[in-house]
Amino acid sequence: MIFNKPTYKLILASIFAFLLTACAQKAAKIDSQIQGDVYTGTDTVEYLADGVPDRVFFATNESVLTTASRDTLRKQAAWLRKNSDINVVLEGHADERGTREYNLALGERRANAAKDYLMTYGISENRISVISYGKERPVDSGSNPLSWSKNRRSVTVKAN
Amino acid sequence: MKKIKLLLLIVFILFPLKLNALIEVDITRGNLNPLPIAVSALYADKDTKEILKKEIKIDQIGYEISSVIENNLKATGLFNPLEKKAFLQKPDVAHLKPRFEDWSLIKAQALITGKVEFKDDKVRVEFRLWDVLAAREMLALAFTTVPNNWRRIGHIISDKIYERLTGEKGYFDTRIIYVSEEGPKTKRVKKLAIMDQDGFNNKYLTLGNELVLTPRFNPTNQMVTYLSYFKNLPRVYLLDIETGIQEVVGDFPGMTFAPRFSPDGKKIIMSFAKDGNSDIYTMDLENRIVERITNHPSIDTSPSYSPNGKFITFNSDRSGYQQIYVMKSDGSNVKRISFGNGLYGTPVWSPRGDLIAFTKLHKGKFYIGVMRTDGTGERLLTENYYQEAPSWSPNGRVLIFYRETKSNSEGKGFSAKLWSIDLTGYNERQVITETDASDPSWSSLLTN
Repeated sequence: MIFNKPTYKLILASIFAFLLTACAQKAAKIDSQIQGDVYTGTDTVEYLADGVPDRVFFATNESVLTTASRDTLRKQAAWLRKNSDINVVLEGHADERGTREYNLALGERRANAAKDYLMTYGISENRISVISYGKERPVDSGSNPLSWSKNRRSVTVKAN
Repeated sequence: MKKIKLLLLIVFILFPLKLNALIEVDITRGNLNPLPIAVSALYADKDTKEILKKEIKIDQIGYEISSVIENNLKATGLFNPLEKKAFLQKPDVAHLKPRFEDWSLIKAQALITGKVEFKDDKVRVEFRLWDVLAAREMLALAFTTVPNNWRRIGHIISDKIYERLTGEKGYFDTRIIYVSEEGPKTKRVKKLAIMDQDGFNNKYLTLGNELVLTPRFNPTNQMVTYLSYFKNLPRVYLLDIETGIQEVVGDFPGMTFAPRFSPDGKKIIMSFAKDGNSDIYTMDLENRIVERITNHPSIDTSPSYSPNGKFITFNSDRSGYQQIYVMKSDGSNVKRISFGNGLYGTPVWSPRGDLIAFTKLHKGKFYIGVMRTDGTGERLLTENYYQEAPSWSPNGRVLIFYRETKSNSEGKGFSAKLWSIDLTGYNERQVITETDASDPSWSSLLTN
């Protein structure tokens, strides 16, 4: 079959348009779980108690707590105040896209950001310990932005 | 852990003639014209062969040693070992007096010959290096050792040949300590492992019960420092490879990590993280006195001394992002030296003192590169999806590092392997390991 030039262009254009929509749909799916580089989904989240998520997520190279993270940590603090016999370990993690040693430091900084916030909400320092795993213990093995966003986290784990 | 047999080594200089080398190998350029070299099998008589076959289960000892040498020379990218099939002269005859016309006929410019003997429970190995075009001997040495050390003899001979032909020390009689990795990404099992520089004599030093990271050799002896999560407390440890004795050295009230020895081997420099801030500290191994070197609310990590011990290069995000800095060893005069686009990490000072190797992250790619110690002359040697943690060969000519591959969402496709590249940016090679591997550290020369 021989296309004349305009038809040929039209076919190309429609293929292109189709590809674009496909890409846009895929991006939208990820967008709903990442906001500004921070994971907002619930795939990997576990619960310390009903309505008390165990983890908060961070942007690449950042240890700043997002509004959602602060909300989660306030819930954790409330739960810890009610359960004063429970101590916690805050496990700080980084994604795989950084050098190992820097990521160990970054994980420690993230876990401490969470610790500081719990302390400002009345949890005594001696109930909280901190450990960094850097990039050594990812929760998602994928090499893609969504997986990485799930791995940049601080997880509050019952110590006793 | 098995005790590692010390090499009993006696060196004889057979012909202490100083001749001007006619063959010279320029190691500052890429491998455009590797030198054609003929490595003849070393000659061993029938009795020697039989005894060694019984003692160490090696059938063709002379051939095996020559293979060690060939592989070492080939891996430098500077030499092109020729096919043995093309050799016209027999090993014993060639070792006495090569017929240079025969060797130049097959285009060999250098020739290595040798002889292995067994005497008083020891092997004596002698070798000669010949300049084929000038028709004369360049070097002749003999070594005596226990039979089990035969591979090391091959490495030492390789070092002598490399040194004679390039004018610089070799790096073959060395070992690599690294982290062996197995299992899925989410539950990776890591063990310390050690092997000869060419991948042989691999041994595991820990069992994999706890996470271990970043082993580094003491440049002066057989001690190693590393990070262990023993009892879930990430702390810096010291391991004596010969005795297997381990002890915690960074027992601080928080994580200690990123350890390295000072050039004299007497101190460990490391990071200590507390309350979200990592700073650099040193510990004197004799009196255990701890000194704080940096005091800054940013992350300061990956410290590495200059070979004269006067300066320290390290990684800090005090500018907002990971960059490389240099300071005096007392922590004064902190200067940022990396100013290119992207993030910089893992600075390591070259044993020659002139360069700092690093990992660079830019636009989703990872690079291994080098820059001068003032930050000028940045050169990127290799680009990949993920790679980091360069470690220098003791002569400062080659870097070993690890590289990881991408995985899909199930974790398939992931691998971690050791690679080496020379300073020219040519001659990139995978260093074969039994398992996946990361965090390599190159030892000093075991004998000088």
